[in-house]
Amino acid sequence: MSSAAVAEQIPAAGEVRKSSLRFFRNPWRHPWFLEGFTWLYLIWSLAPIALAVLFSFNKGKSQATYQGLTWRWYWGDKVNSIWYNPQLHSAMFQTLKLSAVTTLIAVPIGVAFALGINRWRGFLPSSFNFLMILSFVVPELIFGVAMFFIFTQMPGLKDLGLGNWAEILGLVTWNVSWPAIIVQGRLVTIGKQYEEASADLGCTQFQTMRRVMLPLLIPAIFASAILVFSGVIDDFVIVDLLSSNASNTPMSVIIYSTQHGGNGGPALNALATVMLVLSFLVAGLGYLGYRIMTRGQRIDGQAALTAIAGAE
Amino acid sequence: MARTGPAVSPGQVEQVPGAGSRQRRGQKPYQPNKWFWVLLAAPGMIWLVVLFVVPFYAMLAIGEGKLDRQTESPVAVYNPFTWSSANFTNVWRDLFGSGAFAGDIAWRTIWYVAVASLLSLVIGYPAAYFVARFAGRRKGIFLVLLIAPFWISYMMRMLAWIDLLQTNGYVNKVLSFVGLGSPDWLGGHSYTVILGLVYGYIPYLILVLFAGLDRIDPSLIEAGRDLGLGRARTFLRVTLPLSRQPILTGMLITVLPMLGDYYTNTLLSGARDTSMIGNLIEGQLSTPSAGQGAILSLIVLLVLLVPMIYYVVQTNRASQVAS
Repeated sequence: MSSAAVAEQIPAAGEVRKSSLRFFRNPWRHPWFLEGFTWLYLIWSLAPIALAVLFSFNKGKSQATYQGLTWRWYWGDKVNSIWYNPQLHSAMFQTLKLSAVTTLIAVPIGVAFALGINRWRGFLPSSFNFLMILSFVVPELIFGVAMFFIFTQMPGLKDLGLGNWAEILGLVTWNVSWPAIIVQGRLVTIGKQYEEASADLGCTQFQTMRRVMLPLLIPAIFASAILVFSGVIDDFVIVDLLSSNASNTPMSVIIYSTQHGGNGGPALNALATVMLVLSFLVAGLGYLGYRIMTRGQRIDGQAALTAIAGAE
Repeated sequence: MARTGPAVSPGQVEQVPGAGSRQRRGQKPYQPNKWFWVLLAAPGMIWLVVLFVVPFYAMLAIGEGKLDRQTESPVAVYNPFTWSSANFTNVWRDLFGSGAFAGDIAWRTIWYVAVASLLSLVIGYPAAYFVARFAGRRKGIFLVLLIAPFWISYMMRMLAWIDLLQTNGYVNKVLSFVGLGSPDWLGGHSYTVILGLVYGYIPYLILVLFAGLDRIDPSLIEAGRDLGLGRARTFLRVTLPLSRQPILTGMLITVLPMLGDYYTNTLLSGARDTSMIGNLIEGQLSTPSAGQGAILSLIVLLVLLVPMIYYVVQTNRASQVAS
């Protein structure tokens, strides 16, 4: 028996029930249940982070109970704060260094690769494209293990050894697929007519690239640079496997190994908070930059947000 | 860590008008020099060969290689004709032989990953669905909140739960206040590890789901309604079939990194009986049995080859349809 039939059979039902039934029968009603669920999810997903940030300002040594606010773990404590503890201090700069260098190498290679592979048709380019996308989905641990082996075993690369070089080469390989995939996606939507037009107007291939294609691709290149930079800040597996000593260990690995070693404390939360602020800064700059670069195009805030998160 | 990817499915790629009209009125078609493209692609291609293909060959060479008895370290054998299968036999015995310890770990990994990814889907889909369909003018703010964890480092997010789940942490304070006792969350329990996996990887899944659900044309859903389907049936007959592709991609993008995870359970449990394949591989790296670690990695890779190729083909087809 449908709910409508039930409602008709109870003529004595009061106004309240009627209106609630009407509410449920309205096909365009607001899904309050779904909205509540979404809010619950968001609280579950973000409240722990907020608390972890709070603990980084904790007066005491506890990571579990709040004891008052202080800057102690940032610079107040002369031994254990992230500014004075040499290990934590160098980890911050190592992360920044790796992010910057990786972005500077991976983005040009990836963009050039995307342009070349997308326009050069044939078996060879498509199999290399296949390889590139494969490098995007292969589990990071498996890739990291393979990298670990070449830097500890392979003649030639073995002399380079684990450390800065291994980390950078590993991170570039792992991240070069971002620009390669994003720029190719953009090339597909741009189509070929701009290239053809510029060729008709007498541009050489190089001029077409420089004066026509690159400006059109700038937002995509920028978005992929943001993704690579923040991806390296967040990266853990590759740098964990390829770092060799305290001087080349970045933030994520320090947080992992210190907490796992049982020496956790609010200083780790402080380090993680620095990482968080850094990532949000990059994201904010990325969002603003993307909006500025796509002025005049039909790209709204939502498109910009998903673009710099790599979901476009 | 997990990475979301372009969640484009074949039918949803924008068609650019005029992209196919190459030859017009007998003009000479635009014919670029192929070598220019080769030159552009070359650095990336060389990079991929040297630092992606060669490393995997090196892994194979170490896995099929020998052990240096003096230094107790594995030696790579690059010539396939002199490969030894000792490591492979060992791994096979550990996985499937009697008293196989690795077999248990493999089953546990599959079990954890299956539960965690299904839970992620059950939690993530409604949230992504709500934001994509019903958030209206508040879509921007919801989207920022949904994407926020994507920008928060994985380690930070694990650290947050370590803080909360300590024996005197806030979760237990709430639980004991309600009278539910105070369990030792971090003492090596499967449920804590699964919670960590769900919490760690769900943002990537939600992002892919949102991108996919947001692309569904609302007029299709309205059509379903106009033709007399109720809420539930519109969802089942219209929305759900259209979200099959994002669901598959999203699951893939979370399951693949989960299978290589060795840090979540180390941080949240640390117990031997919650270890996964990732721990087994990572633990063997700097030991004499690194060769077995290599073989194990290759077996995982082989098992995952089918879903990975599926992903590659999907991504490729998306770009071929449009061009």
